[in-house]
Amino acid sequence: MEGELWLGAAMVAAFVLYAVFGGADFGGGVWDLLASGPRREEQRALIAKAIGPVWEVNHVWLIIGVVLLFAAFPPAFAAVSVALHVPLTLFLLGVVFRGTAFTFRTYDARGDAVQRRWGRVFSIASILSPALLGACVGAVVSGAIRLEGRVVVSGFFGAWLSPFALSVGALALCLFAFLAAVYLTAETQERDLQEDFRRRALFAGMAVFVAAFGVLLLARSGAPRVWSGLTSSPFALLLHGATAVAAVAAFALLLARRYWPARIAAAAQVGLIVMGWAASQYPFLVVPDITVQGAAAAPAIQRVLLWALAAGALLIVPSLVLLLRVFQSSDREAFRD
Amino acid sequence: MDLLYARAQMGLSLAFHIIFAAAGIALPLLMVISDLKARRTGDADYAALSRKLAKGTAILFAVGAVSGTVLSFELGLLWPEFMGTYGQVIGLPFALEGTAFFTEAVFLGIYLYGRDRISPGLHLFSGIMVALSGAASAFFVTLVNAFMNHPTGFTPSPDGPVDIDPIAAMFGPSWPHQTVHTLLACYQASAFAMAGIHAWVLLRHPGSTFHRKALSVALPLACVTALLQPVVGDLSAKHVATAQPVKFAALEGLFETRKGAGLSLGGIPDVETATTPYAIEIPKALSVLAFGDPNAEVKGLEEFPRADWPPVAKVHLSFQLMVGTGSVMAVLSAITLFLRFRRKAWPDGRRLLWGWLLCGPLGVVAMEAGWLVTEWGRQPWIIRGVMRTADAVTPVPHLAAPFWTFTLVYAFLGAMVVFLLVRQVSGTLPGRAASEASHGG
Repeated sequence: MEGELWLGAAMVAAFVLYAVFGGADFGGGVWDLLASGPRREEQRALIAKAIGPVWEVNHVWLIIGVVLLFAAFPPAFAAVSVALHVPLTLFLLGVVFRGTAFTFRTYDARGDAVQRRWGRVFSIASILSPALLGACVGAVVSGAIRLEGRVVVSGFFGAWLSPFALSVGALALCLFAFLAAVYLTAETQERDLQEDFRRRALFAGMAVFVAAFGVLLLARSGAPRVWSGLTSSPFALLLHGATAVAAVAAFALLLARRYWPARIAAAAQVGLIVMGWAASQYPFLVVPDITVQGAAAAPAIQRVLLWALAAGALLIVPSLVLLLRVFQSSDREAFRD
Repeated sequence: MDLLYARAQMGLSLAFHIIFAAAGIALPLLMVISDLKARRTGDADYAALSRKLAKGTAILFAVGAVSGTVLSFELGLLWPEFMGTYGQVIGLPFALEGTAFFTEAVFLGIYLYGRDRISPGLHLFSGIMVALSGAASAFFVTLVNAFMNHPTGFTPSPDGPVDIDPIAAMFGPSWPHQTVHTLLACYQASAFAMAGIHAWVLLRHPGSTFHRKALSVALPLACVTALLQPVVGDLSAKHVATAQPVKFAALEGLFETRKGAGLSLGGIPDVETATTPYAIEIPKALSVLAFGDPNAEVKGLEEFPRADWPPVAKVHLSFQLMVGTGSVMAVLSAITLFLRFRRKAWPDGRRLLWGWLLCGPLGVVAMEAGWLVTEWGRQPWIIRGVMRTADAVTPVPHLAAPFWTFTLVYAFLGAMVVFLLVRQVSGTLPGRAASEASHGG
């Protein structure tokens, strides 16, 4: 495989991990906002406990993806930055408010009105950010971003405000909410809380189905490239088939109250959707004017970036395993500090 | 106009981020030092201090992390031509910085949330990893700035860079001075701020042993960095004098090329008259400082095309501010260390505490001023001699809107952070300790 394909694959991997881990953090914010019923505060406490140690780490996957994009495929980064300036800026505001609100809430733990207000900021930002990110993905894949030479000629609004792009935003939001609810069922031993999130997961899973169906319908005219990718390429069909299997499995496992396996199935479903997105737009980075090969950095850069990735992985993988081991340990002692 | 807003937004984002990034580098070190002292002495105050510093690190690191994310996107949102053309040349240090940042986030999570779940040894190791990876990420990101000041490792062509050597680009001639200068500034700014806070509490509550110990953790780092920094700064200035003579002339407000040039203290350079009025001049000092020879020739701005001049007054004034505050901090540190060795204990006389209180903010002031020197001093280039800032800016219109939005957001967040840190410190005031303990520290 050529260097640029390895780098492209690494970028897709970063986005898969961001969706699987960071996406669940966004979803946690959704359920923080929608917390209800007699165990409202317990639900919020569980969300905070689950997100606290890992949210900053989960967030780094996005940065890795962005750095790979501008280091390995600079013209694509430039084009996307111009065409999607508005939604990306709004997304960044969401990132800022989400991260700081969560931290302020955690480290100013006095249980007063101020803290509640931070919780509200955190959850609203958690809803807007993934929807905007989804709309950006929709815009990139739809073919509505056009370039002449290196100049973006398709304007700053049309691409991401199309019905198709917005439907992808809605799908992203539903997916992340689904993912978070499934994860949270396995984060607690309390049956009542598990039931709360199991109900939410089943509900969100249905919303995912509706949103995915909507995306599919709109893709035919809104994103012809995806449509043909979905319906003709055998590799993409295989991926989509696997996604369907994972989705059905996640649902069945939820119904059977097998929470840990359900969590894995849901993560697989989300990861496969991201990979399916990547596969259906290959070889384009920005459909239809920028390809992976056309935007790739010089071979010397590709080599050194791959080395840096390998060295980074040697450092990151053991640390990440340590982090997960510390916080997934079987002891369920009270959340401290 | 949009170019100005783009520059203002980038400048604002960086000015904001730098403070939190510096704290994210230095506070973990201070936290680990307190942790080590607590282990060695079994002293509960050091343990409490380490917990307080951990909370402070968590708040400041989170703000640093999100403002850093904003910056990584803003590189493209504001300067797509720069990133689209040269992103590949400087991608490597950014990728390494991402790795370091990742390690920092992982071990900070373990350190903050794992205190009661992991062995003390592993806990301390996590703290050390946080401190090391914080320093590494500052190192790598400074390499990018060094490249922008002194680009190497490629051949420019009309179609962009060719013959790119990413390692040579990463380690251009400016890297040793700039990285050491930056890292020292991060530690110095944070240690001075911390010393200032505890000096303030000690002035109001002279008997507080907790704050006396906290001061004893901050002072060594503050004193050592404040004394090293002028030495490194001088080496850095000598390098700038030969490598970036336009910037050097602007730093000094020097318009005419002169042999045996004098050093201007103060003064407001006026580009219309090509003079720097109100300056006090020390004869031949500039030639000595720049080239170690009282009769050496120092090039003035007149040697360079007017279109390549940086904003002279701004560069000169920020340079003066950096050097001035740096000197004050160095003098205070020298006095403090002198007293420390004479009395065999960290001094805590009221006059000296006042000194530390007043100098508390100077580290941050010097750091911001120094950063302005290097950024303004490079203008009108985004990559010196290769790409002008005006050619790098985004074609997106109405950049005033994001600029004002981010200004308001950052002002608000800055105020919130100060409010939260004040709450943290006020929890340690004498008489408050008991109620704080019931909150679980």
